[in-house]
Amino acid sequence: MEGLIGKKIGMTSIFDQNGKKVACTVIEAGPCVVTQVKTDKSDGYRAIQMAWGDSKDKHTTAAVKGHCAKANTGAKSHFVEFRNPDEAEEGAKIGDSFDVSIFEIGQFVDVIGKSKGKGFQGVVKRHGFAGVGESTHGQHNRLRAPGSIGACSFPARVFKGIRMAGRTGGDRVMAVNLQVLQIHPDKNLLVIKGNIPGHNGSIVVVER
Amino acid sequence: MNPIIKSITQEYLRNDLPDFKAGDRVTVFYKIKEGNKERIQQFQGDVIQRRNSGVDETFTVRKISNGVGVERIFPVHSPYIEKVEVNRLGKVRRARIFYLRKTIGKASRIKERRS
Repeated sequence: MEGLIGKKIGMTSIFDQNGKKVACTVIEAGPCVVTQVKTDKSDGYRAIQMAWGDSKDKHTTAAVKGHCAKANTGAKSHFVEFRNPDEAEEGAKIGDSFDVSIFEIGQFVDVIGKSKGKGFQGVVKRHGFAGVGESTHGQHNRLRAPGSIGACSFPARVFKGIRMAGRTGGDRVMAVNLQVLQIHPDKNLLVIKGNIPGHNGSIVVVER
Repeated sequence: MNPIIKSITQEYLRNDLPDFKAGDRVTVFYKIKEGNKERIQQFQGDVIQRRNSGVDETFTVRKISNGVGVERIFPVHSPYIEKVEVNRLGKVRRARIFYLRKTIGKASRIKERRS
């Protein structure tokens, strides 16, 4: 399978076989149910739609209920499409279930999540501007200012796409090449080296 | 602590070390790898703090070496720690005795605690 949907549990650290302390993130992932298989013939591209997380009856529309009923499963809360499954998974059928055992220890995975919202931030935090520099030599209150945003009477406007202050965080972020340190199929847990986007409890997608 | 994270880190916790806290004088026997050889280095000094909890817990040992204060931080649960010997129990009023850094000579003594 291409990946799993899950939840970020939190960060901790473990000691590896060399006795080194390694920071890691615990993810609760799967089991995910295949709810739709898209093929070149039916949809013009190949993909597998997976669902994870139980949805409360009163929060579920009839459309979702019916969609999940086709896969002989209860109503799910999160659906993710994985494009271009590799050949071994071509055979995946609606209703098939996948859990963390599709991953191997030592394998490198990508994790997609939604980064923590940081509110309205200036250009130093948002775009990594260096700020003005010195706080003395006549500087007063311009330490974190963006500086010039354009030229003068030509072009007499600010170009589109100039980086400025604004809402920061809350974006879809992919953390790539994270090593799988531990797999606990009994508890549906993955332990991944390093950090992943988002706050604890947020929904993440682990891709192979 | 989150029960799931607790269950993952449980196997790394070691409970063979003696109880010690800030103010105690300890000797840490620390394994050091040099190429293929492994030897044990001793570090003796006063514990000036223990911080964090669970698998992340560390303690700081301070000693005076050739007139220079040296501090070293050890993870409590590190497999590199062969053992910890408590040489002397100290009587201090706070959990983090950073004031020791500013003391010289007689002032840096710690009263002994009789257990």
